[in-house]
Amino acid sequence: MTTTVDAGLPAIQKSSGAAGPRRGRPGRPGRAGRAWLPYLLLLPALVLELLVHLVPMVIGAVMSLKEITQFYIRNWTAAPWSGFDNYRIAVDFDAPVGEALLHSFVVTVGFTLLSVALCWLIGTAAAICLQDGFRGRGLLRTLFLVPYALPVYAAVITWVFMFQHDNGLVNHVLHDQLHLTDEPSFWLIGDNSFWALLTVSVWKGWPFAFLIVMAGLQNIPRELYEAAALDGAGMWQQIRRITLPSLRPVNQVLVLVLFLWTFNDFNTPYVMFGKAAPQAADLISVHIYQASFVSWDFGTGSAMSVLLLLFLLVVTGVYLAVTSRGRRSADV
Amino acid sequence: MRSIRAAAVGAVTLSLALTVSACGGGTPTGGGSNDSPKTLTYWASNQGAGIEIDKKVLQPELDKFEKQTGIKVKLEVVPWNDLLNRILTATTSGQGPDVLNIGNTWSASLQATGALLPWDEKNFAAIGGKDRFVDSALGSTGAPGKDPAAVPLYSMAYGLYYNKKIFAEAGISEPPATWAELIADGKKIQAQGKQALGAEGASLNENVHHVFVFAKQHGADFFTADGKPDFTSDKVVAAVKQYVDLMAEDKVVPPGNAEYAQNQSVSDFAKGRTAMLLWQTASANLKSQGMNPDDYGVAPVPVQSGTPGSGTRINSMVAGVNVAVFNNTHNLDGAKQFVKFLTSDEEQKILNKAFSSIPPVKSAQADPAFNTPETAVLKNTLATSAAALPQVPSESQFETTVGTAVKELFADAAAGRAVTTESVKAKLLKAQQQMPAK
Repeated sequence: MTTTVDAGLPAIQKSSGAAGPRRGRPGRPGRAGRAWLPYLLLLPALVLELLVHLVPMVIGAVMSLKEITQFYIRNWTAAPWSGFDNYRIAVDFDAPVGEALLHSFVVTVGFTLLSVALCWLIGTAAAICLQDGFRGRGLLRTLFLVPYALPVYAAVITWVFMFQHDNGLVNHVLHDQLHLTDEPSFWLIGDNSFWALLTVSVWKGWPFAFLIVMAGLQNIPRELYEAAALDGAGMWQQIRRITLPSLRPVNQVLVLVLFLWTFNDFNTPYVMFGKAAPQAADLISVHIYQASFVSWDFGTGSAMSVLLLLFLLVVTGVYLAVTSRGRRSADV
Repeated sequence: MRSIRAAAVGAVTLSLALTVSACGGGTPTGGGSNDSPKTLTYWASNQGAGIEIDKKVLQPELDKFEKQTGIKVKLEVVPWNDLLNRILTATTSGQGPDVLNIGNTWSASLQATGALLPWDEKNFAAIGGKDRFVDSALGSTGAPGKDPAAVPLYSMAYGLYYNKKIFAEAGISEPPATWAELIADGKKIQAQGKQALGAEGASLNENVHHVFVFAKQHGADFFTADGKPDFTSDKVVAAVKQYVDLMAEDKVVPPGNAEYAQNQSVSDFAKGRTAMLLWQTASANLKSQGMNPDDYGVAPVPVQSGTPGSGTRINSMVAGVNVAVFNNTHNLDGAKQFVKFLTSDEEQKILNKAFSSIPPVKSAQADPAFNTPETAVLKNTLATSAAALPQVPSESQFETTVGTAVKELFADAAAGRAVTTESVKAKLLKAQQQMPAK
C-alpha cells in the first residue's frame, strides 16, 4: 500500500517544483508533500465502498458459478464449480424454474412501471397544489410525508390488517358500506394481491416524489409565472410550459431512483405475503429469496441476482444515455 | 492520475485481502473444541405463547444448570419464522450457538449440511443412552441408517380440538371419528350459525403436515423408497384434494381461512367462532388466549374409517422439537452436559409441563401430569398412530413447494374456482419440478 503511493510521489514533486520558480514564488515547504493528501483522505471511503459494495457483488458472482446446495453451504468455498449451469437453469424458460423466473420478472416490470408512474403523478400533483401559500400548508406537507417516515414493517403490517378478508377495513368499506362487490374480496391471496401490493407500494413511495418535486419547484423563478400570466397563459399551460420543463433534471433522477427502489423492493412484498407470494404478486426480489433461502440453492439464487444486476445496469445505462442526450439537445 | 490508479489498485488489493481473511475467519471444517468450557449459547425455539414466556420458563432451569456445573448458558429464544434462516446463516459462517433447538422435521435436511454433531453410540452414552427415548421420537432425528443429528426434546401430536358448548347446541354427543362424520357434524354446526372447522390455509407448514397425514390415509407417500419426490401419484393427488375439499367441496372450512398464516384459526377457536380445530398440543396457546380448559375437548384426528392405528389409519405426524449440538461449538463437553441436563427426567417433566408438550423420554412420560385427558389422547396418538415426515435431505424444500401448492389450491377454492383432480395434479407437478434435481 505505502509503496504504491510513494511510487507516485516523485512525479508530483517534480512538477510542482518546476511550477514554483516560474510563478516567482519560493515553493512553500511541505506543499508538494501535501499533494497526495486528498487521495489519502479519499482512501477510507474508497476502501469502504469496495468492501460494502463491490466485494459482495464479486463474491455473489463467484457463488453463481458454484453448486451451493445444502450439502456445501457449511464450507461453500469448497463447493464444486458448475460453470454456467446455474445461469442455464435460470434462463431456460421452457423448464419450470426459468418459467417461474420469467413470470416473476414480467410481474415485477409491470408492477414497477405502474407504481413509479403513479408515485410520480401523485407526488407531482400534490407538490404543485401545495406550491402557493395558504393556511395549513405546513400541516398538509407534514401529513403527506408521514408514509415516508413510518417504519416499513409497521406500515405494511397495518395494510395487511386492512386487507384481511374477514375483518379488514378495505372489505368493510368496499363491500359492507359501498356494496361495490357481491361478496368480500380476497386481497392477500389470488389475483387481487397484485393490486393490494401496488396500493401499498404507491402509498409508501409517492411522498418521496412529493418531497423531491417540492424541492425542485423552489428553484423555478416566480417571474416566469408572472410573465406567463401576463401573456394570458392559464394554469395548465403554466404547468406544461414552465413547471414540467423546469423540473426535467429533477424528474430524471427521481424516476430513476423510484424505478430502482421499487424494482428491488423486498420488504413490502415479504411483509405482506411471507415466504410464498401469490403468483400474481410474485416480485423478483422475493422470488430470488425463495430460490436461495427457502430452496437452499444459493448457487441458482446468486445466478438470478447477477442477472438482475445486469438488467438493472443496462436499464440505468440506457436511461441515462437517452435522457442526457435529450437534455443536451434541449439545452442547445 | 498515476497516483489515483495506484491508490485504487492498493485499495482493491487491501479489501480483497480483508475479505479473504474474513471468509477464513470461521472454522468450517473443524469438529468442535473445548476452548471456552465455562459458557454456552443456546438457541431455543418458541414453545410458549410468546418469547417472553419461554424466557420465563427456561431461565430458572439455566440458572440451575449453572449452579450444578458452573457453565453459564446464554439464552436466545428464536421465533419459528427466523429459526431455519438463522441456522442456515450460522452454518454458512461457522459462527453459531453451541446448542440449539430444531424442528424435528428438519433433522435430515440439516444433517445433510454437516452442521450438527452426529449422535453416535458414544455421544448417546454421554447422555444416558438411546433407550431412554421413545421410538416414534427417535424416528424423526435424521435419515435412516445414519447417526441421528439431534436428540428428541419435546414431542407433540395433532388432535381434534372441539368446542363442547357448540357441539351440545348442535346436538352432537361425541366428536367425529371419521372424515364423513366430521363433515356431517360440520353441517349441523353451520346450521346453528357457527363456523365448523378452522384451517391455516396460507401456512406452508400446517398445509404440509395435514396433506402428509391424508396421503398416509390414502396409502401413499410423497417420496419413493430411495428418496425421490413422487408428488403426482393418483393417491397423493386424491389425498391433497380431500384436504382442500374440506373448503372447496364440503365447505366445512370457511373461505376466509385461505389467507390464515398467523395462527388466526387458533384465535377463532379460542374465541368460540369455530367449533373444531386440527392442531398440535394447543392447550398452552388456548389458555393464553383466555379459553377455559373445561370448554373444549380433545379427540383423535379423524381417519377414513375405523379407528386410528398404523398404515392407512395414521392420524398425525410425529411433531416435536429436537435439541442439537452445533459442530463448531467451542465447548463440546459442556454442550453434551447441557443436552443431558435438558433430557434428564426432572427437566423433561418441568419443561414439557410448561409447554404442554409430551416428554419423548420414557421415564418422564410416566408422570401423572401427562395423563390428563388431552395429553392421554396425544400420547396415545404418538405411540400408536403417528408417522414421521419423510426423513430425506430435501424435506425442507418439500415443505415449501408442496405447502405452497396447497396454499394456492386453497386460494382457488376461496375465490370460488373449481378444485379438480387435474388442477390439484398440475399444482403438485409444478411443486415436484421445483424440487432440487440432485
